[in-house]
Amino acid sequence: MNDLMKAMEMPDRGFPQLHPGDSVRVHVRIVEGNRERVQVFHGTIIRLRRSGNDANFTVRRIASHGIGVERTFLLRSPRIEKIEVMRHAKVRRAQLYYMRNRRGKSARLKERRM
Amino acid sequence: MKGIIGKKVGMTQIFDDDGQVIPVTVIQAGPCYVTQIRTEEKDGYTAVQLGFEELPAKRNGDSRLTKPKRGHLNRNGMDLPDLRYLREFRVRNATDLDVEEGQMVTADVFETGDRVDVVGTSKGRGYAGTVKRHGFNRQPKTHGQSDRERAPGSIGATSTPGRVFKGTRMAGRMGNDRVTIQNLEVVVVDVDKHLLAVRGSVPGAKGGILLIKPTVKRRRG
Repeated sequence: MNDLMKAMEMPDRGFPQLHPGDSVRVHVRIVEGNRERVQVFHGTIIRLRRSGNDANFTVRRIASHGIGVERTFLLRSPRIEKIEVMRHAKVRRAQLYYMRNRRGKSARLKERRM
Repeated sequence: MKGIIGKKVGMTQIFDDDGQVIPVTVIQAGPCYVTQIRTEEKDGYTAVQLGFEELPAKRNGDSRLTKPKRGHLNRNGMDLPDLRYLREFRVRNATDLDVEEGQMVTADVFETGDRVDVVGTSKGRGYAGTVKRHGFNRQPKTHGQSDRERAPGSIGATSTPGRVFKGTRMAGRMGNDRVTIQNLEVVVVDVDKHLLAVRGSVPGAKGGILLIKPTVKRRRG
């Protein structure tokens, strides 16, 4: 049965392997009226859900005035142009929700070289 | 005649050309065989009987079907494989008959963009109360109430009429009914894998048998 569902899956787009804690730059296609442009969202992955076509990940960044902004992307969406992994981090859990309660120095993650 | 028997595989989501998400139900549709054609003269109505899901033979090579069923599939030298399900699709005019007995029917009877009705058997809910079965409101949890949260309330007046009216909505068996969802859009047709995907949900559990036929709804023009 599950093999049959696989037939509906979008093709692998060759994105790099993502991990929680990664600093990423996500290039998303945005439609404004009838114009299309690519926007970059830069932040840390705090959640990753792998589930075929429904796979998604949440990126958190601190915008101006120290306001946290989180954005969830559908990994298989054709609107995602490119994902760049800038840095891996040493994290000990799969969901980094604790980052929401941290700011400044305590919101740093230790880098992990791969 | 357009119609096919299928099996619910499950739900997922796919993306359209704009990157919009479409929720879809994946259906394993066919391959089916035309096992019999019902005619006005012989049967009093016109319909096409389709058979679905080939059964593997027993280890000693015998058929898994009873002899009468096997004989039905062997009529007029058709020699069809063992089929688990037989279902009929009514045809309005005998002139619309465009299939022959023994012919194979595959998912390509539909194309993307077609509107279909899907018939299935809804999930059984067992003996369900009025809140679940008829959407009654719950009663207060507080203000001196006890044990009355999901009770149906009054089911009628007192000595006039002195009985409960027929058809009063009460608790009882729910689900496991034949349900038709009308006007679903066909999003994907994969003939090689015998798959259809329709937009939205479809009655029944995964693995449930579905009848897919052209919609009776008229397109707004």
